[in-house]
Amino acid sequence: MVNLSTPSAASNDRAVFDAPRNDSNHKAFSVLETVMDPEIPTLSVMDLGMITNVAVSDNTVSVRFLPTFVACPATSYIRNNIEEALHHAGFKSVQVDLETEMNWTSARISELGRKKLEAFGLGAPVAIDGVLDFAQIEHVACPHCGSTNTELRSMFGSTLCRSIHYCNDCKQGFERFKPL
Amino acid sequence: MNEAIKDLLYRMADDELIIGHRNSEWTGLGPILEEDIAFSSIAQDQIGHAVANYTLLNEHFGEPVPDVIAFSRNEKEFRCSQFVELPIGDYAFSLMRHFLFDHAESLRYARLSDSSFAPLAALAKKIKGELKYHTLHADLWVKKLGMGTEESHARMQTALNEAFPYALGIFEPSKYEEELVAEKIAIGETALQTEWLDVISPLLQRANLTLPKLPIKERVYGGRQGYHTEYLQPLLDEMTEVYRLDPAATW
Ligand SMILES: [Zn+2]
Repeated sequence: MVNLSTPSAASNDRAVFDAPRNDSNHKAFSVLETVMDPEIPTLSVMDLGMITNVAVSDNTVSVRFLPTFVACPATSYIRNNIEEALHHAGFKSVQVDLETEMNWTSARISELGRKKLEAFGLGAPVAIDGVLDFAQIEHVACPHCGSTNTELRSMFGSTLCRSIHYCNDCKQGFERFKPL
Repeated sequence: MNEAIKDLLYRMADDELIIGHRNSEWTGLGPILEEDIAFSSIAQDQIGHAVANYTLLNEHFGEPVPDVIAFSRNEKEFRCSQFVELPIGDYAFSLMRHFLFDHAESLRYARLSDSSFAPLAALAKKIKGELKYHTLHADLWVKKLGMGTEESHARMQTALNEAFPYALGIFEPSKYEEELVAEKIAIGETALQTEWLDVISPLLQRANLTLPKLPIKERVYGGRQGYHTEYLQPLLDEMTEVYRLDPAATW
């Protein structure tokens, strides 16, 4: 299970989960765990760290939503799905606001999310501290065999959040979730 | 002050919209499939960044919604530099433009992340991390082709010679320059250009390419004041065609 009470890291941008789960918002969180990313359908918005706060009172729920890449075409689609799912679960009034106080980074993907990415065959993003450099993405581990005898084929994969690699050991191409 | 910030946002967003449109023209034409995807992805990012800036104009300055801003203005109202309007040319030219433009963008957003206009600072923090992929991509290929065969080197040098006078037009100062600097909205185009030259010079040198020595009068200015090349209007016509057919179409 995702640990929702992990304390925020010192840097605002590096916060992992911001809203502690409690009795009143528990149901809303469970609903959010069923709202999946259209590009990686095994990952929920919770796994991706796209939710920064959930507040519930009576039948009203308000959610703060943090998009990933600025140009991600799925952003409004996901936002609509969040609203629909919460309505469907019985919340009379649903408000989804864009989180503007912080930026999404790949460090926000939960441990469970990283495991799901690997299981999906998409390598989880390497941890970057601050500025990305080429060496960090040049020889990433292959999600099929674990080898790091790999090469970067392109920084731009089939979606904005993926890069393309090739494994020299198992001779297979693979994609990874890009660190941001 | 509002007019100065609006002008800055229009300059940035129009650059991104137009170059994004140009780069998207590589879809299906790239020299190898990976490069086809790369230019499409970069274009997608750039158009997304344009929309984000148009959204700031809409939310903070009462300008129309992004679609209307993007598709309902005439050529004279665009504030993009002439550099981004130029046709895609050969792959060497598009790659060189991508290199010169994205380094400028990357530095611009890095500096704007300290802007006193908080909504822009927040957006800049978000965008600057994404632009790292653009500059890494450009650096890789500029080096590869600059150091490649005699022909690839010659094409890259030609592309640089052609692109450079236009690239300097990115930094054409506006009449709001002093105001933007004094109010700490931005560091100003002159300072930005100096930083940019400091970044691109060693990278070009490493790729065995020579930055042309250019008399100041050969810089291509005008775009920021609404003077454009013959290439902008046809691009706008094409871009707005879909919009005129169906203003509700999403893009
Ligand atoms: Zn492998």
